[in-house]
Amino acid sequence: MNLREAFRVAATAIAANRLRAGLTVLGVVIGVMSVVLLVAVGNGAREEVTAGVEGLGSNLLLVVPGSLDFGAAPSRSRFTLDDVEELERAVRGDGDVAANVTSGEFVRSADGESFTSILGVTAGYNAVTSRPVERGEEFRQTDVVTGRRVAIVGAEAATGLFPGRDPIGRTVTIAGLRFRVVGVLERQGATLGVSRDTEVLVPITAAQRLFGTRRVDTIVVSAPSTDVLPTLSRRVEQVFAERFEPGTFSVLTQDQILGVLGDVLDTLTLVLAAIAGISLLVGGVGVSNIMLVSVQERTREIGLRKALGARTRDVTLQFLLEAVVLCGIGGVVGIALGIGLSAVATALSPLPAVVTGWSVALAFGVSVTVGVVFGVFPARRAGRLDPVTALRYE
Amino acid sequence: MTEPRAAVADGAAGGGGGGGGAVIEVADVTRSYVLGEARKGEPRQVVHALRGVSFTVGAGEFVAIVGPSGSGKSTLLHLLGALDRPTTGTIRFSGRDVSRLDDAQLAELRNREIGFVFQQFQLLARTSSVANVGLPLVYRGVGPADRRDRARAALEAVGLGHRLDHRPSMLSGGEQQRVAVARALVTDPNVLLADEPTGNLDTVNGAEVMRLLRTLNEERGVALVVITHDLEVAALAPRRIHVRDGLIERETRS
Repeated sequence: MNLREAFRVAATAIAANRLRAGLTVLGVVIGVMSVVLLVAVGNGAREEVTAGVEGLGSNLLLVVPGSLDFGAAPSRSRFTLDDVEELERAVRGDGDVAANVTSGEFVRSADGESFTSILGVTAGYNAVTSRPVERGEEFRQTDVVTGRRVAIVGAEAATGLFPGRDPIGRTVTIAGLRFRVVGVLERQGATLGVSRDTEVLVPITAAQRLFGTRRVDTIVVSAPSTDVLPTLSRRVEQVFAERFEPGTFSVLTQDQILGVLGDVLDTLTLVLAAIAGISLLVGGVGVSNIMLVSVQERTREIGLRKALGARTRDVTLQFLLEAVVLCGIGGVVGIALGIGLSAVATALSPLPAVVTGWSVALAFGVSVTVGVVFGVFPARRAGRLDPVTALRYE
Repeated sequence: MTEPRAAVADGAAGGGGGGGGAVIEVADVTRSYVLGEARKGEPRQVVHALRGVSFTVGAGEFVAIVGPSGSGKSTLLHLLGALDRPTTGTIRFSGRDVSRLDDAQLAELRNREIGFVFQQFQLLARTSSVANVGLPLVYRGVGPADRRDRARAALEAVGLGHRLDHRPSMLSGGEQQRVAVARALVTDPNVLLADEPTGNLDTVNGAEVMRLLRTLNEERGVALVVITHDLEVAALAPRRIHVRDGLIERETRS
């Protein structure tokens, strides 16, 4: 009996008992579906984070307080505007420096009120971080120097605070102080369900007065090209090393940030896939179980086939292929369901699920392997049946 | 090694015609079974189902093997069907000694030499007549189209040309047994081995199946061995081997 014939026999046996076949592979279907869906969710999160970090602007160095080792506790910033000025002097001509300080405050207008992030920024902030102003104007150096009470609102903040009206020239009250709106930011969209379009920007000096602090949270340095990033990084490092203890600051490139976040998300994806893999394993045990029952039930059929000239390996192959075909079908159904549910998840939740080719291929490969591994034992048992006993089996 | 001679019967002389030479030679065959697991210190319980049997089935012959239950005739059936090997003695199919064949070779021998007809029909459920009849050809590597053609021809030969795509559940008992006969026939075997072929049929259908088997025996020259406890069925055969307590009690001819 050749392989094609054996496939046909297996397919016929499956088709003859569709309900049992369906119940047999249900575990595999669910397992494969979970693998595809969960990997898609993990992968979607990764893509979002990547897009988010890249959306910060290109060729950036970030100076943040504390060390950004995986698992390190967040630390309070000890940077001030003096440090920013010192850094500006050090990298002048080779990079642009911007800084921010951020806190949550109530923002009120004539038409609405909301609690949102207030970002105190330096004059070059919009250009450095690629968050251009759509209408109105950016902050000027004098606005920052004098701490003028002007504000640039995010796209969503604009519609929330001034529904149906042009916010430019109007007044918002932040923590009791009145600011004049001079610009509206371009829409950025959400990253992992977090929108940055509700933020309100004010000059950093005004923000510090508002928050009652002198601190600066993040300093951003933009390089003209990727090539100069390493030298620039070293120079920034030097400036801060002279002013702060080691371990109290970190100079990071976007790649490094992506690396840290990517590691976290990869671990997450792996854990999710492993959990789904366990359900696939349980599904395999189910297949093995039903196949054993099936061999028992079809003892006489096996005896007959042997009497008619089937060799041990013909019968073994038949049952093995039955398990493999069954699991293969389960795999395909599971993949289809996984892709479908991923689409549903993307449509209904802020987390987009991105189905990857490798997870689909892996899930299918694993389900077929499950068929082989868990089919071998029942198939060998079927093949070894003695035709005499099998034919007389009641 | 000396060749044991067939002592009791030389079947090539009798029977319903056909060419010369033996299809099956049974020489001094015994078959014992060990019951259960052997315990330490206790002798194993051994059942001697056959205690030394010799006979020959000639080409194209029609032989009935008769005996009550427990006589050893089922054991003999399994040996004649190459489903089992003797404990001692030799069985040859067209000169090939089954003791020297491995399982795969035995399977091939069953496929080529023997056509089985069972009391319980043993048709695959939810499977058409054509597919049931074509089943032995699967293990001979015959392609699907060829299989269908040959199965149809065999079904036509047993008068079921109009029942090709029927499933066993849609057929009467007599028709099911005729499908089984067609399946036994489709491989062009040297011998049809029928185990109580009428046992599950009423008198009319049973007689019809026996008539069919005899016709095939006479017209095609395929040897026919019918194993039965039914003396009426056995009486149809020109040669009858009576088995009792694992031995050949007597042989009668008519």
